[in-house]
Amino acid sequence: MNPFFATHVPVLLGLVFAWLVLGLAGLVRSHRIAWVAYTLFPLGALVALGIAAVGFSALADGFVAEQVILPLGLPDLPFHIRLDALSGFFLLLLGSVGAGISVFAAGYFRAGEGASPGLLCLQYHTFLASMAMVIVADDAYLFMVAWETMALSSYFLVTTQHRIPEIQRAGFLYLLMAHVGALALLLCFGVLQGGSWLMTFDAMRGATLSPVWAGVAFGLALFGFGAKAGLVPLHVWLPEAHPAAPSPVSAMMSGLMLKVAIYGLLRVSFDLLHGGPWWWGMLTLVLGLGTALFGAVFAAVQTDMKRLLAYSSIENIGLIAAAIGLALLSYAFDMRLLAALALTAALLHALNHALFKSLLFLATGSVLHATHERSLGKLGGLIRRMPWVATLALIGTLALAGLPPLNGFVSEWLLLQAFLSTPSIPHAFVNMIVPVGAAVVALTAALAGYVMVKFYGVIFLGQPREPSLMQAHDAGWLERVGLGWLALGCILIGVFPQVALNAIAAVTRVLVGTVIQRGPAPWWIAPVAREQASYSGLWLLLGMAGTIAVMFVLVRRMYHGRVRRTPPWNCGYPALTPRMQDTAEGFGQPIRHMFGPFFRIARELPAPDDRAPRYRIQIDDRCWHGLYLPLARAVGWLADALSVLQRGRLAVYLMYSFLTLLVLLVFVL
Amino acid sequence: MNALALLSQLGGMVLAVALAPVLAGWVAQCRAWLQNRSAPPLLQPYRSLRKLFRKDAALATYASPLFRATPYVVFGTMAMAAAIIPSVTTDLPMARVADAIALVGLFATARVFMALAAMDIGTVFGSMGARREMMIGFLAEPALLMVLFNAFLMFGSTALPTVVEDILNTKGLMLQPSLAFAGVAFVMVLLAENARIPIDNPATHLEVTMIHEAMLLEYSARHLALMEWASWLKLFNYACIGFALFVPWGIALHANGPLALLFAVAWLAAKLVVAGAVLAVIETVSAKLRIFRAPEFLSMAFLLAVLGLLVHLLLQS
Repeated sequence: MNPFFATHVPVLLGLVFAWLVLGLAGLVRSHRIAWVAYTLFPLGALVALGIAAVGFSALADGFVAEQVILPLGLPDLPFHIRLDALSGFFLLLLGSVGAGISVFAAGYFRAGEGASPGLLCLQYHTFLASMAMVIVADDAYLFMVAWETMALSSYFLVTTQHRIPEIQRAGFLYLLMAHVGALALLLCFGVLQGGSWLMTFDAMRGATLSPVWAGVAFGLALFGFGAKAGLVPLHVWLPEAHPAAPSPVSAMMSGLMLKVAIYGLLRVSFDLLHGGPWWWGMLTLVLGLGTALFGAVFAAVQTDMKRLLAYSSIENIGLIAAAIGLALLSYAFDMRLLAALALTAALLHALNHALFKSLLFLATGSVLHATHERSLGKLGGLIRRMPWVATLALIGTLALAGLPPLNGFVSEWLLLQAFLSTPSIPHAFVNMIVPVGAAVVALTAALAGYVMVKFYGVIFLGQPREPSLMQAHDAGWLERVGLGWLALGCILIGVFPQVALNAIAAVTRVLVGTVIQRGPAPWWIAPVAREQASYSGLWLLLGMAGTIAVMFVLVRRMYHGRVRRTPPWNCGYPALTPRMQDTAEGFGQPIRHMFGPFFRIARELPAPDDRAPRYRIQIDDRCWHGLYLPLARAVGWLADALSVLQRGRLAVYLMYSFLTLLVLLVFVL
Repeated sequence: MNALALLSQLGGMVLAVALAPVLAGWVAQCRAWLQNRSAPPLLQPYRSLRKLFRKDAALATYASPLFRATPYVVFGTMAMAAAIIPSVTTDLPMARVADAIALVGLFATARVFMALAAMDIGTVFGSMGARREMMIGFLAEPALLMVLFNAFLMFGSTALPTVVEDILNTKGLMLQPSLAFAGVAFVMVLLAENARIPIDNPATHLEVTMIHEAMLLEYSARHLALMEWASWLKLFNYACIGFALFVPWGIALHANGPLALLFAVAWLAAKLVVAGAVLAVIETVSAKLRIFRAPEFLSMAFLLAVLGLLVHLLLQS
């Protein structure tokens, strides 16, 4: 037992309650920005740090899962709370990343943008609290209540600026998909209780399901959590809803809420169902790899900076799902060590993605406030006007591109190491196909680099594409602190990866019963064996910094550091303007060209004799046109067909009642 | 880790940095001979480096600090990469720090920084070069990783020195069909990644075709010198990766004494002479591809590497 929190759960519940109180306090003087933004949000960040601390201490060696029954809820259906290592890890993620977002939000939200700040504060903290409750819920009832609260509070946050029609539409789509997913989860829990009619997770853990029903439960869970996480083809709401929300909310949705869905998938598949046959893993793996590639390709052709990040979230969720699939697959063959390795990669990538994606979404928020512009085609050159945001965003960009020595590289490295061990799977077909998955992972990682160069290069580098950008101002100090906190996380996990792996080891011990090998030092990881593979972020960083420093000193000493400022080379054509720079569309053009069949492209080309020539290109998702619109049409057609029943005359309705009674009587008698 | 290991580590790095311009000079010389031109001297790259280092750097008025830092970062990553690759000896303490996956990551870091710096000035050529470089990179990087995966799967390690030791010590070079696929894929990646002829031409400044040079257009003096040196170092690194995977003979092993190091250097020089000549021949007999044929070339490399992987797994089971 840890000496600091003898009983973690009461402390945790107190902290969650504090979030709700902070939210309600926002309503008291809801238009006073000094009260709501500068007092309540920083306090919320402190609470988040407390939650992270509770989560972290739940990961300590020798921690025993704590269970508490709350006298809340319906009669005979009390709320069950349980804190184990898996919950602890996700609380750590929620708290540590949430703290950075809250500090940023304190400097970001201001009056006059959609809903009042006080109302936003309530929704914001309800959202955080509901995510924490999902993570510690130990019965299906509380889980679903918290899950729905999470969906609803985030819906209201997405539609903060509810007067804009696109945002209304995006919010509605989000709400619809959230409920389709929730429906699947409800059914999933219905299957999981296995005839005992008990809604506690304890009962579900003990229930014995036939393979078919277990498969059904897993499929429903994959559908429900996949819809929340954005697995293809259930991703369509994500690129609409994330950009519509205010940036701190986008950061929370992308960085935190998607991870809560990942938590749910892990809870159901490993904890409640105790793994399953290998095709579960194969299905998740294939879906994950497809999602990853899809997200990366679509991110490369986006022209709205927040949509680009939303697609990149889809890509990262795909990688996490692929790692989970690999873990399920190897667990099915009882290869515990490989399962632990893949699971470690999944969890670390979830944490990493929460850090750098939140960082980048927040950075786009700063850019948005400074320029009022979201389209990549109208940005540029901001590194000179906003050096703080640009520098911190660069760290996030490099981390997301998976470059050493930052954190994104570590999780990709672990995932590739896991793939490397797959040929030992004792199944003739699987052990040949799965290693090829590494090729998809490598391709996706390289595409992520492409996407990130586009993202950073078009926004921050080059020359300002619009004159108004010259007035852009850097972010305030609260925003900088929030961004800096997340950037620090990216660097620290990259440089001291073993610290994060130690925390994750507690989770893999609970879920798959074993841990990967501990690295020789906090900055040194060797997950399988030292001879096979090891990596040290710190030494790599020191080596690079040392070489760079030596080279710098040598060049300065032996030669000189003289610089002459001149205009850039204009190729002999003096009338160049900043508008002639490569645009986001231009930068994505090779991808559009190569992955043409992925997209549904509508092009409008100017005619030779046009007075005002216009080139327009629209790139759409095939899923939308191939799957969702036909589905919507079918639903509409069905509703029309059924509307025949609706006659609007009392006599007809009475006849319906009478007929229903008759039919029921036939059944009863 | 002992003193000798540390020494050979540093020595290998310095050797790579020092020899890289000679390799570039040798390839240029061979190309000139093959094309019936009078060849520049072997040490010409050194002379141009000295010339560039002496000049005043002309910097675009609104170049950001990122632009000035990039040459050092790119050079630093390439030098780090040289420290990981067993070119002379397998006794490399740094290879424990970063394995071959990290090596690919280092190359990617250099590429991303170079592309970002090219976009920094905001000239048309810079961002065009950045876009093209990233297009080639995102296909070449996974292809290289898959080539390495072939070796990893065969020898069960992602550390290049371990792979080399396994080949030389116990298992010998197994003439596996998968290695043939990997070898062809590797040469294709090498050509693409080092701005060589079927993909790019290091000697051109023709607007429509250039990739690598377009990114360097705004660099001058010491910054340009560092960038050029880094790109030669990259070619050297790629050559050494190829030697380690496909012709590792002559590399001094962990247990061998200091004398073996001298032999290893001689072996390395011999291999570089041959590889440089072969590269010049390839460049002379092939024509440059249109830019949109480049993805086909590279996806072929990627597919070949994956095919090698499949063949290996198929034969193994």
